Amino acid sequence: MIIGLDVGGTHTDVVLLGEGGLLKAAKVPTDDSDLFRTVLRGLTEISEGIAPPSIQRIVLSTTLTTNAIVQNKIPPVGMIVSAGPGIDPEYFRTNASYYAVSGAIDHRGREIEPLNPGEITRIARQFQREGIRHVGVVSKFSIRNATHELQMCEILRASFDKVFMGHRISGNLNFARRIATTFLNTAVYPIHKAFYRAMQKSLSTKGLMLPIRILKADGGNMKFEASMDFPGQTILSGPAASVLGAMAFCAEKADTLVMDIGGTTTDMAVLIHRDPVLNPLGIELGGYKTLIRSLETLSIGLGGDSAVKLVNGELQVGPERSGPAMAYGGPQPTPTDALRVLGDLKTGDHAKAVRGLKPLAQALGLPVTAVAAQILAISSQTILSAAQQLIDRINGKPVYTVHELKEGYVVRPKTILVLGGPAPYFARHLAQLSNYKVIVVPRWQVANAIGAALARTTCEVTFLADTERRVAVAPEESFSRRIPADFDAAAAEQTALELLREKAIARGANPEHMETEVLESMQFNMVRGFSTIGKNFRVKVQLKPGLIQGYNKVIAQLAQGAEAHEQGAGR
Amino acid sequence: MLRAKHRTGLVFFPAFDWAISPTHPERQERLLYTQDQIFEEGLFDIEGITEFKPDLVTLKDIQRVHFCVPDVWTVTTESHFISAGGAKTIGMAVLDQRIDRGFALVRPPGHHAMRVVHGSRGFCNINIEAVMIEYLRQAYGIDKVAIVDTDCHHGDGTQDIYWHDPDTLFISIHQDGRTLYPGSGFPNELGGVNAIGKTINIPLPPHTSEEGFLYAIQNIVLPILDDFKPDIIINSAGQDNHYTDPLTNMNFSAQGYAKLTALLQPDIAVLEGGYAIEGALPYVNVGIVLALAGVDFSRVKEPDYDPERIRQSAAVSRTIAKIGEDVLELWEQRDEIHSQIPDRTGIHERQRRIFYDTDRIFESQIEWIKACPDCAGALRIDSNSDRGLHILAVHIPRKACRACKDLGYQWYASAKPKRFDMIFMQDRTEDKFLKRPPP
Ligand SMILES: [Zn+2]
Ligand SMILES: [Zn+2]
Repeated sequence: MIIGLDVGGTHTDVVLLGEGGLLKAAKVPTDDSDLFRTVLRGLTEISEGIAPPSIQRIVLSTTLTTNAIVQNKIPPVGMIVSAGPGIDPEYFRTNASYYAVSGAIDHRGREIEPLNPGEITRIARQFQREGIRHVGVVSKFSIRNATHELQMCEILRASFDKVFMGHRISGNLNFARRIATTFLNTAVYPIHKAFYRAMQKSLSTKGLMLPIRILKADGGNMKFEASMDFPGQTILSGPAASVLGAMAFCAEKADTLVMDIGGTTTDMAVLIHRDPVLNPLGIELGGYKTLIRSLETLSIGLGGDSAVKLVNGELQVGPERSGPAMAYGGPQPTPTDALRVLGDLKTGDHAKAVRGLKPLAQALGLPVTAVAAQILAISSQTILSAAQQLIDRINGKPVYTVHELKEGYVVRPKTILVLGGPAPYFARHLAQLSNYKVIVVPRWQVANAIGAALARTTCEVTFLADTERRVAVAPEESFSRRIPADFDAAAAEQTALELLREKAIARGANPEHMETEVLESMQFNMVRGFSTIGKNFRVKVQLKPGLIQGYNKVIAQLAQGAEAHEQGAGR
Repeated sequence: MLRAKHRTGLVFFPAFDWAISPTHPERQERLLYTQDQIFEEGLFDIEGITEFKPDLVTLKDIQRVHFCVPDVWTVTTESHFISAGGAKTIGMAVLDQRIDRGFALVRPPGHHAMRVVHGSRGFCNINIEAVMIEYLRQAYGIDKVAIVDTDCHHGDGTQDIYWHDPDTLFISIHQDGRTLYPGSGFPNELGGVNAIGKTINIPLPPHTSEEGFLYAIQNIVLPILDDFKPDIIINSAGQDNHYTDPLTNMNFSAQGYAKLTALLQPDIAVLEGGYAIEGALPYVNVGIVLALAGVDFSRVKEPDYDPERIRQSAAVSRTIAKIGEDVLELWEQRDEIHSQIPDRTGIHERQRRIFYDTDRIFESQIEWIKACPDCAGALRIDSNSDRGLHILAVHIPRKACRACKDLGYQWYASAKPKRFDMIFMQDRTEDKFLKRPPP
């Protein structure tokens, strides 16, 4: 049996899945000021009466690190960056204890200026005086040559609890993002570590001795132990949980839009033939642009509880939320009230919902039902145009070869899968206003937790080989090896895939079912003068996000009763 | 946080799967390290810098500018449609005011491609700036355009296309043609009878460094631009003046290019040449982008940059000052020079031989231009290549007067099909391309 848990803004959803399907679901209120208790309560409720040994897997998607960053509740950390020529690293400052030092590496990984160890030692003493326990070190082009980061780490290691190095975070180039991401990892590390250590301890007192798995923003999970080096990867895993929850119900040979309509926001993503589209570079959070791999998502401030008001004589929905809908005792009219007024929604106080919409109706000179219909039309239209924006963004992504430009895949979803609290009520309106077929994800209220439960382990490896310098590196893996002059593309791909397998197993993947994929494999002749002096290979491989093996029955059972809304299918 | 002072757009299209030949300077690897540097510097993350995916130009866009022999498909590849398309994308974004300035960092280049195209010259098949400019004139109605070509080689293709156009000011700064391909670009090349003075050539001596280039921009180019008052300024931003470029003999630098860009403030920059792919291009391109965006570029330097080592000699400085005086004098006197032309209403003939070094083709051309006080004049070209193709091409300019338009149609209609393999006409007044015999 598997437990999946997804912490949301207002509720935390937990499910228990067995081979036969969804065995149990629970909802507990989220207490942002005490997430530990929230998660523990969810896990306790769901595992009540279940023999601990029969639970094989627990996957958690929490808002712990996300909240810490957004609310800036992070402990002081030290940052040392070495930039060399280019943009002044002062522009990339992340915090007060941030120092730019000498040392430079070029784009091919050649040292152009050595590091000054004395400088690092002096800064280390300063950090210690400030009481800093955690340090991040980043050098430009460290993913081509990590020597300077390793040297800095070596100097600092003994004096600090943990040192994070930029090259371990991602194989993607982007110095500013590498700095920001290293900073975030360093900053959330103590919170993350304390939380999961305590969680593991509490669970083991209940007899649950298995390792916790944590959901990442790219829709994959990793074992808690492996997350200690990359705690930042746990940010913004919520949208990924929803996408995975919908994934099982996507057409295999078509593109699908997934929308999670919540109380405050609607998150959307796109799947191509059941594979979620990933953000090419990394997620953005709280003003930080990062190298944290994530799904390509778009989030808008519009949900069932968004406040509806009149602005210059026109209805406006969101982006604020003032509380629950008036039908549930809230202070301001919302789309949920519109659904209640029209009778789509059967629960909640009808009279209160009508009362909420009345002032709007009077101001517009319309019957209350007409205003309700308008609110839902505007909301649906806003969601649909955001979806178009997301599709345009994906299709507008620049490519760098003639082949890709001419033959590149164009995303054209025809189906929307909706989940989240108000999903079934919005589905009809979305279908009426568009040419999409709209399907409500089975068990839409807890599909996100189901997604978390069934998430695979994911990871990515970037591999570079330069036969002129006779060196191959996979920076994130701390891999660096001499290669022969006749090293070729096949060898490059093979080495990259081996490294990926190794990494995946360490992160918790099932060695029997590993769906590896070569994302990119490029080869360049390096020519100086008029002769070829070497070859440059660039390979990226990944374990795709997706659902774990062996739970097809669960999905089949869930799929029963899926409900489709097509254009004109409504009343 | 970094924020661009000017909203800046970038099309980056390195064509990682296209080369003239595997070891040719114009090969897959050319922008590889530039990509690395641009990505590592995070230029696309700077607030106010936007990356655009290139559009492809259409057949019509190319035929608006070129007479391709025997046809467009034969002398181009898809990559040419994309690199010209990248320039067009930037041009549209600027004129739609989505950005203030833009840079098409694309390959293959275009500034050696002339109006008639039998093949590839100086690595260029179609003139990507001209294709963009004529599209922008057609779609947005812009009129006066200035092109400042800062590639190390004379922009002879662009010069040829705009030779007769009084509304296009073409300024080329390049290494002296006596010492470098294509061997042209001297101050006395002033433009045709209807556009005297609108072609400006500033040949610089070998070993010119920052001082000389910036002197030329400040003291020659900027005053002329002030006078001309273009609607937009295009920079053909070749980067082969770099002190490490393998094909040339200049001493320019990343700092120099960035300062040049900051002085010139082009609306649109388009990459041309530049073949020091590791030691120069990564830094020069970052410098240009930051300068366009109005972001601090003071630390963008090549690892081996040493301004003392590349400083130009006093003799070079004197030569440049003298060239500057000559060029400015010619600019001041352009109306007078025009008035001294004996026949200011007749038809002027010019004969040329053009060598396509990349494809090893020889072309012989005779050109007739109607000297006209009212427009850019009807143009007729008889072109014959040693590949055995003989064409007649007629160009009716964008703002042709009635008489020149009639003359163009008369030339086109009266051409003897037996004498030519193909007869072409561009009627820019109606944005039409005609061909006899019809396809
Ligand atoms: Zn050149
Ligand atoms: Zn005329």
